[in-house]
Amino acid sequence: MALRNIMGKRVGIGLMGSRALSTATCDVESGSAKSINLYSAINQALHVALETDPRAFVFGEDVSFGGVFRCTTGLADRFGKARVFNTPLCEQGIVGFGIGLAAMGNRAIAEIQFADYIYPAFDQIVNEAAKFRYRSGNQFNCGGLTIRAPYGAVGHGGHYHSQSPEAFFCHVPGIKVVIPRSPRQAKGLLLSCIRDPNPVVFFEPKWLYRLAVEEVPEHDYMLPLSEAEVIRQGSDITLVGWGAQLSIMEQACIEAEKDGISCELIDLKTLIPWDKETVEASVRKTGRVLISHEAPVTGGFGAEISASIVECCFLRLEAPVARVCGLDTPFPLVFEPFYMPTKNKILDAIKATVNY
Amino acid sequence: MGRQAGCSKGKGGSMHFYKKDSNFYGGHGIVGAQVPLGCGLAFAQKYSKDETVTFALYGDGAANQGQLFEALNISALWDLPAILVCENNHYGMGTAEWRAAKSPAYYKRGDYVPGLKVDGMDAFAVKQACKFAKEHAMKNGPIILEMDTYRYHGHSMSDPGSTYRTRDEISGVRQERDPIERVRKLILSHDLATEKELKDIEKEVRKEVDDAIAQAKESPMPEPSELFTNVYAKGLGVESFGADRKEVRATLP
Repeated sequence: MALRNIMGKRVGIGLMGSRALSTATCDVESGSAKSINLYSAINQALHVALETDPRAFVFGEDVSFGGVFRCTTGLADRFGKARVFNTPLCEQGIVGFGIGLAAMGNRAIAEIQFADYIYPAFDQIVNEAAKFRYRSGNQFNCGGLTIRAPYGAVGHGGHYHSQSPEAFFCHVPGIKVVIPRSPRQAKGLLLSCIRDPNPVVFFEPKWLYRLAVEEVPEHDYMLPLSEAEVIRQGSDITLVGWGAQLSIMEQACIEAEKDGISCELIDLKTLIPWDKETVEASVRKTGRVLISHEAPVTGGFGAEISASIVECCFLRLEAPVARVCGLDTPFPLVFEPFYMPTKNKILDAIKATVNY
Repeated sequence: MGRQAGCSKGKGGSMHFYKKDSNFYGGHGIVGAQVPLGCGLAFAQKYSKDETVTFALYGDGAANQGQLFEALNISALWDLPAILVCENNHYGMGTAEWRAAKSPAYYKRGDYVPGLKVDGMDAFAVKQACKFAKEHAMKNGPIILEMDTYRYHGHSMSDPGSTYRTRDEISGVRQERDPIERVRKLILSHDLATEKELKDIEKEVRKEVDDAIAQAKESPMPEPSELFTNVYAKGLGVESFGADRKEVRATLP
């Protein structure tokens, strides 16, 4: 299945008024843009981050030579080994160390080589990073911490190179979880995450590192956090997703269009704190909602969205909230095509929901 | 290769070999996670008093994982017959050991646990070391073996292996320290076999490997229903139902 550009089109965000949780936007549209892929966009964001803040650091396993996905290319050469350095193989140590660095007012950009390896650091993220500001009564914080990790299926990753662990982190008040869908989004969102005064976990869809190519502005720009984006207007059903899954959902939307079903597609972008207003407004318009993510369905973040939507829009709903997600098994190797929430599964669910 | 005839019935993948009847408790994708497991195995062995030990292998990269030191402390505290083997090939994928470890003398890192440094490219040294370590572990508790070895290829399919070291280094080691070459030279110099006999053995081995590969390729992929088996113990937990197995229901015995 070939993938081309993921639409970077921004439909007017005049849907709702002010957004209490969003962060500042810099002007995205001005200046020149170049067609680059996802890892290059992330690389640019990191270059900008280190350039604009002399107290920003990038560290992780094998990041010095450019990293296993080339996201950190050129940083060590340009900013020196004192700011861009390899760490030993110890995720818990990397994150703990990052928390300390951030607590001293620096911007610590830690890389976890694959999201599958993030679990040794889970205690540090949940018990330390998320609660530092709270438990010290705002005397201390590690807001300068940003943890980047490639996540998601890649076709041959198997158990430990394909996981989507975002749901575990969405259960932790005190951190933010952000997932970009394309190069342009990634650069702007990553810069927002780095500059956000809260610890952020930034999951990058590794499948799109080379595959997704888009026009990305060359200058420094940020995209707002906690603001979902309606990337396709529709009137019959609302689809909510994030990251690489959106491109699959978009294909399903296009197919559904041929059957006369008008689909509205929303990119959540920030998973916590998530933009309930945009999703709610859309559901009030369409009366139906379908959520799709690669992570297993039980306890996935789709469950939270579903529960929230039912709470606010129960009487408006024309059909049960549909979830098309990964199956409740460990991420398989040869069975990956069966496990994944494919375009056809989504299309089936769209039709079932619309015809309920 | 993900085939039915594979050792994990095609479900584990290339990192996950297992063989129960050889007591091979498997390869682990998350490096370092296998060391506490190994110490747990050793505890069970000590309990069962069956004079067996556990070899828990890890690399120089994984040697920096915190869980290793936790396992080491527990093994030493309870005198477990655990032998921790650090296969030091000097690179944690792309990171040289001197960049990742303050003390690259991995055999000394046990502190209160004794360690032995072994030339990992010498088959006989490795054999003797393992024998010694087994005797030691059964009497005195844990011991660390550091095997000084080398990796010719990249760490994985996506690592060319040449971006962080020179090709001269790789060919140098291959020429001077290759373990199979060393044994071959010994055999020839002691007249234990002729060149021809060695070549014949090589041919036989190559054929055995080729046959195994052919057999593996012929083996069918596992059945789609296998996607759902062994998530939990059979009949005692959750089974998947529905057209695309989306519905998950608890089944009680």
